[in-house]
Amino acid sequence: MSLNTLFGEKKAEAKKIVFTSVDQYPEAPISLGTTLSNFTGDWRTFIPVVNEDKCVKCYICWKFCPEPAIYIKPDGYVAVDYDYCKGCGICANECPTKAITMEKEEK
Amino acid sequence: MEYKPIRKVVSGNYAAAYAALHSRVQVVAAYPITPQTSIIEKIAEFIANGETDIQYVPVESEHSAMAACIGASATGARAFTATSAQGLALMHEMLHWASGARLPIVMVDVNRAMAPPWSVWDDQTDSLAQRDTGWMQFYAENNQEVYDGVIMAFKVAETVNLPAMVIESAFILSHTYDVVEMIPQELVDEFLPPRKPLYDLADFEREPFSVGSLATPADYYEFRYKIQKAMEEAKKVIKEVGREFGERFGRDYSQMIETYRTDDADFVFMGMGSLMGTVKQAVDILRQEGYKVGAAKVRWFRPFPKEELYELAKNVDGIAVLDRNYSFGMEGILFTEAKGALYNTDAKPLMKNYIVGLGGRDFTVNDVRKIAENMNAVIEKGELDVEVDWYHLKR
Ligand code: SF4
Ligand code: SF4
Repeated sequence: MSLNTLFGEKKAEAKKIVFTSVDQYPEAPISLGTTLSNFTGDWRTFIPVVNEDKCVKCYICWKFCPEPAIYIKPDGYVAVDYDYCKGCGICANECPTKAITMEKEEK
Repeated sequence: MEYKPIRKVVSGNYAAAYAALHSRVQVVAAYPITPQTSIIEKIAEFIANGETDIQYVPVESEHSAMAACIGASATGARAFTATSAQGLALMHEMLHWASGARLPIVMVDVNRAMAPPWSVWDDQTDSLAQRDTGWMQFYAENNQEVYDGVIMAFKVAETVNLPAMVIESAFILSHTYDVVEMIPQELVDEFLPPRKPLYDLADFEREPFSVGSLATPADYYEFRYKIQKAMEEAKKVIKEVGREFGERFGRDYSQMIETYRTDDADFVFMGMGSLMGTVKQAVDILRQEGYKVGAAKVRWFRPFPKEELYELAKNVDGIAVLDRNYSFGMEGILFTEAKGALYNTDAKPLMKNYIVGLGGRDFTVNDVRKIAENMNAVIEKGELDVEVDWYHLKR
């Protein structure tokens, strides 16, 4: 079964643009392409952590994630793409077996 | 082609409409409000007469007028609108949008007092309340300056990619007829070539992109800095454009603060807009009577000409700041700005604020004389009687 997310498949090409000096920015605030270069996962406080011992591969989290930032690995377990996960906690809330816990992210 | 002006007797509002026409604006989106209405009526008339193919968008509010200008400008078009008072206030949110998205829209604001109580007469508080929106502001003294100001504002705005407001007085200019020297179309075209936009939302060849989407705390700050850099750059551009305008058409605008008989002046009157015409006339009379006075007309309030103010202030004993506006809880708005601009310098003239002409209260040569007498006494004594003088108040 292949239920991978868009991001899960395309991830190889993704490269975040990071500006380190004011001169690198465009003059006007325009987007510089798609989310392949604009990562959206850097404003969260909590991150979801999957415990595979409890996971029953129901994919409810995959279905509910609004980003979507959850993808399905070849072994059938789910994993979180932290480049795009915004830390909303919906996956943890929906998981029927409490296999996902939200943990404070250290930056 | 040699410059031969076309002289027309027009109101300040018609001068604005002709200037928009001669600037070859492509989109006008506007909503009527007294005393601005005859600007957009005149533009509608140009279109109805087949003189232009301007896209005219009649909208349901001023907020929408500015929104439509923003949309047009984001596709690279030259966009224009006009408003007054409550209409300008209703645009407020969109004004931030125009500057934030770096769109060189030009708007004429006909200064009108804010309600209540209702008033349709001259007062600068409407435009000055938009001080922090990232728009440049040019205050016209007469109908000629309204016409010249709009054409120059497009050139400055499109060079630095910031919007600009050209401001004229209700009725004193908007509905008063005067001779205006207009520039033949080919010569305006040479002075003001077609716009080269920073980006074009209607460019379907390039990768899709969005304008003004989210910037996190990691990036927002830099975009704000860029607006300030553009404002600083605008000071240079304004002087160059003003000089070029003078060389081509005989009226020099290279000074952001126009100085009039200030060279040997003991003190100067400083203010903005049409009231400075009255002040200049009074200066001539006062000079004959032995007062060494001059006038300093602040043409551009944003960007604020700090450096020019310093050059003026270091050579005078006093500055009488005439504010046809008020910031409640403080003082006249130009007064605050001028004092602030000089605080960290060695120029320390005595500065006094006269609140004049609010809501169209008549301000005459005789008033300037009375202020001169008071200012003279203040300077002789070396201390202020009051800092903020509600000059006309019935007591
Ligand atoms: S926390 Fe929100 S964004 Fe992140 S994986 Fe879970 S549902 Fe998706
Ligand atoms: S919702 Fe829970 S149990 Fe279902 S796939 Fe996601 S982590 Fe596994």
